[in-house]
Amino acid sequence: MEKVKKKIGSFSFWNWVTASIIFRLILIYFPKNLNLSSRPEVSTPLTSFRRLAEGYWLKQSFMSPYAGSMYHGSPLLLSLLGPLTINRIEGQPNHLLYSLVSVIADVVSAMLIRATGQNLRLAYLRSLESLDLVKQIEVSEFLFSGDIAALIYLCNPFTIVACVGLSTSPIENMAVILCLYGACSRLIPLAAFGWVIATHLSLYPAILIIPVIFLLGCGPDSPPRKLFLQRHQQKEVLNQSKLPPRFSWGPVIHFAFWAFLWSVYVLVLCGISLKQFGGLWEMFKSTYGFILTVEDLSPNIGVLWYFFAEVFEFFRNFFLIVFHVNILFMILPLAIRLRHRPCYLAFVYVAICSMLKSYPSVGDSALYLGLLGWFVNELADMQFSLFLFCGYVGVSLLSPVMHNLWIWRGTGNANFYFATAMVYACLQIVLVVEGVSAMLNHDRKLRNLITGKPQDAKS
Amino acid sequence: MVLLQRPHILLLLIDTHQFLQCWIAFGSANEEGQQQEEFSEELLVKPLPDHKLLAHFHFQSSAPPSTSNGCHHHLFPKAISQLVQKFRVKEMELSFTQGRWNYESWGGFDPISSSNAKPPGVELWAVFDVPQHHIDASWKNLTHTLSGLFCASINFLESTATYSTPEWSFPPASGNVRYGTLPCEAVCTENLTPWLKLLPCRDKAGIALLLDRPSLYRGFYHSQRLHLTSTESKQTLTVVLQPNSERAIEVHASEKHVQPSWSLSSIFGKQVSGRCVLAKSSSVYLLLDRGLVAELKFPNKENGKSAANGLTSENFWSNPSFELSVNPDRIFLEESSSHSKSLSILYMFQVEKYSESEPFDIGLMWKVPVAWLCQQTPLHASRFLMGSGNERGAIAISLKSTQFTEGFMSANSKDGSCELRVDVLQVVPWYVKVYFHSLRVFVDQQPRAVSDFIEKIHVSPSKDKMSPGVMEVVLKLPCRVNTAALTIEFDKGFLRIDEYPPDANQGFDIPSAIISFPNFHASMVFLEDDSLNRSPLLSKFQEKCPVMSYTEVLLVPLTTPDFSMPYNVITIKCTVFALYFGSLLNVLQRRVAEEERFLKAKAAKKTGRLPLLLSKLSAKLRGRRREPLHSPPSSSSFINSKLVLKVILVAGLAVGWQYFFS
Repeated sequence: MEKVKKKIGSFSFWNWVTASIIFRLILIYFPKNLNLSSRPEVSTPLTSFRRLAEGYWLKQSFMSPYAGSMYHGSPLLLSLLGPLTINRIEGQPNHLLYSLVSVIADVVSAMLIRATGQNLRLAYLRSLESLDLVKQIEVSEFLFSGDIAALIYLCNPFTIVACVGLSTSPIENMAVILCLYGACSRLIPLAAFGWVIATHLSLYPAILIIPVIFLLGCGPDSPPRKLFLQRHQQKEVLNQSKLPPRFSWGPVIHFAFWAFLWSVYVLVLCGISLKQFGGLWEMFKSTYGFILTVEDLSPNIGVLWYFFAEVFEFFRNFFLIVFHVNILFMILPLAIRLRHRPCYLAFVYVAICSMLKSYPSVGDSALYLGLLGWFVNELADMQFSLFLFCGYVGVSLLSPVMHNLWIWRGTGNANFYFATAMVYACLQIVLVVEGVSAMLNHDRKLRNLITGKPQDAKS
Repeated sequence: MVLLQRPHILLLLIDTHQFLQCWIAFGSANEEGQQQEEFSEELLVKPLPDHKLLAHFHFQSSAPPSTSNGCHHHLFPKAISQLVQKFRVKEMELSFTQGRWNYESWGGFDPISSSNAKPPGVELWAVFDVPQHHIDASWKNLTHTLSGLFCASINFLESTATYSTPEWSFPPASGNVRYGTLPCEAVCTENLTPWLKLLPCRDKAGIALLLDRPSLYRGFYHSQRLHLTSTESKQTLTVVLQPNSERAIEVHASEKHVQPSWSLSSIFGKQVSGRCVLAKSSSVYLLLDRGLVAELKFPNKENGKSAANGLTSENFWSNPSFELSVNPDRIFLEESSSHSKSLSILYMFQVEKYSESEPFDIGLMWKVPVAWLCQQTPLHASRFLMGSGNERGAIAISLKSTQFTEGFMSANSKDGSCELRVDVLQVVPWYVKVYFHSLRVFVDQQPRAVSDFIEKIHVSPSKDKMSPGVMEVVLKLPCRVNTAALTIEFDKGFLRIDEYPPDANQGFDIPSAIISFPNFHASMVFLEDDSLNRSPLLSKFQEKCPVMSYTEVLLVPLTTPDFSMPYNVITIKCTVFALYFGSLLNVLQRRVAEEERFLKAKAAKKTGRLPLLLSKLSAKLRGRRREPLHSPPSSSSFINSKLVLKVILVAGLAVGWQYFFS
């Protein structure tokens, strides 16, 4: 992040955006696509381009796209992106149009991140103003977190690899970002649409409904409401206008209505496209069922594949439940503690999901790393940031080496690769834990500034 | 019909017990059983171009179509008839094979090779006469029965992931067919013994006496087969052996091409001492195939024309290039065939004439070197793997034109558009995840559009652990094609540790692909004077069976996990989860120093937490406001109400718990 700060100073935002787009286009034109599309880090059974093409081929030959255990994505994605998997333009690589769609999705996501980031920054400044802390915290040094987040998202090697590697994660990420953007800027139908599509595509974003409800109910991130009350009691004037709004149910009900509408719409569309192939039940079984039962044991950067390849059949169901419930267990404590910062809550949820999901890819990491950029100002005091940065670089260099040693050369074994996956999981855990801790400390710092106590809030 | 001719038996039948009826019917059938249940044994010997010898044993027994004699047979193997009746098998074939049929030098266009060349390991297909939804259950039972009958692991074919249902490219295409192979099954004498037990004379008499285990399993190719229809059971054993002639060692280098001379006793180490008394016919044939006959005619070229017109037996067994040790009883000449100019010759020897004192032993002594080629399939098929590493790869099936295609092309070149139809059936196990959209066709080494050459394609993709992938393709190739190739990409699957076989690093087998040429039929029609007393082997040769060949079995190495790691993986993984859960929860509920001091101060003022809470609770319950506390002036009411809420929540939970579990 420090590096990005300096770069922002010297270059303008749009230069960087153009550079990243041009870089993607150059990579797309590389022969054989650099074989990125078959890397286990990029294409999981859910996001693989080849599986999408196979599903499309099966559908074109009047078979259910879910016949065979190849395609596990949404039928809508198949109808939209499937036609792009075959050669449309003579003399050009097969995947050209599809890659262009991914690039566009990335750019749109980046723009939405930028808009949301600006929104969040304004909300933050406003709340500082109402707390009269503008002088104590040097607002002039505040970074344009929206720009930074957008650039982190666009220039992140993970995003570039996921985009050039033809996985479907740019589209899934766009749906998640669309949902958050819609909720931040109070476009309720858009938020509902994003949430429904993201859930439909990869199931895990379903838990984003909690941050979205908080966003719609009380507005974007702000310091805890208690601080405002304390502040006003200190000054002994209760200025209602400067208080953040109380939780209002109106937009939430509105959102629920729209979410219901959109999900009915999506299900009807899916039903139509799968009418002769077994219907919706077949779809749920081979998309959500496939995600939840971890049937495919091919290696990826997650930790579940090796576990379920090694664990005894007898315990398989037990551990399936334990690992999935682990995601759900943390929802409530986080929601209670971070309810005043819904966007940050969304970031933490996304990070936890991408760490614990059954088939993670670098595209998921790209998403939460991008969202992390929104909070550069709040998380300035985060610990271990250099360690984390080095860890991410190290793992992303070591993991392909270990994979090569195991799969291609046969000189290493599965434990080598699993070890890097383990380290990667630990890094993400440290990131999440330190991130949450830094955000809570930031709130403590604000409170100390208000109550005028000395800053011993460092933990 | 039999009973009607005997009124006294009929009378008896009317008022006798069911068991008696059965018994008498059996007895009466026994009297005329010679027409009804038949058994015949035959052996065909054929020299092969690469100095080897093919021996093909054919045992056939047939039972009357309707079982008027209940469940009793006197020649037909009882185990087989029970199996056919119980599972209502319409047709079935089981083969155990070791070694690979060499299509290039042993030929592929004759009845022996197209019906007896089998893929290595066990191959089983069956057609059932049961309703569609019972077929799989019947198949399961059948595999278990056969597995017990033949001491083989055929029961591995029971799971749905190992057998398939070809729609139309498998030759006995009649809808209800199930097809399964076990390419890695080792075939040995323990499979041969139960097979021999099905014969009425076992290997104690007759031609089966020749089946000496050490010499059989020393061969290059060994395939034992059981073909069943509801009334007939054919057992064949095809072996390719190397006659170890001493003379071949003695001759010097220039005579290297002289075929080794052999005799039955030299290749099998045994002699036939008479026929099996239960057999209707018992004969040994020596087949000289078309290519060889064409070569042999060269020495007496001058009377070649006359020989073609009026064939006398003298011309053929007193050929100057070879010498038979026994004079044949009869000689059959092939009727003119469409595909070849020359005709094959069959020498027949009756075993009946020989006895213990004068055993039958035929020998063939070559005098001059001969070289010839067997008639080959229209296209020679081979299959190989492409790619490296354990992540993905591709299967390629390549078809190469043989000398046959050239002849065929020249014969059919009059009508410009000549097409060669090739059916390909490829079954792949589920852990080889085939991408059917990546099917490519190369004709004459040029990538071509798939739709130009593939007339029909049927795919049933594999389901993980449920069913194998089946691909059936009909290719229409131009006749003057030199090479054609199909490639298809796959990803290698990753299995759980207990799904790997004990020798996991050896790799997994992809069963052979079946390449058939439905427009070509391999048949040999021999001129016979008495069609009544036709030999089963020769009538089998006359049947038009489509030419088909099997490709090689592929060995795919799959990545293995570390088999010794389960406990380590479980513990490490759970540690990481605990780290995540614990540290995140810790961060969420941690109080920093200042907050702790605040809480301590609060606690110091009160005597304890619990009495405070209780008093608060009672106050709330009594509906009176408790006296406000003085120390935390403003935020206390806020906190208090929260605490009360928490307590009520916990109490409610406790009450609910108690209520629920009592």
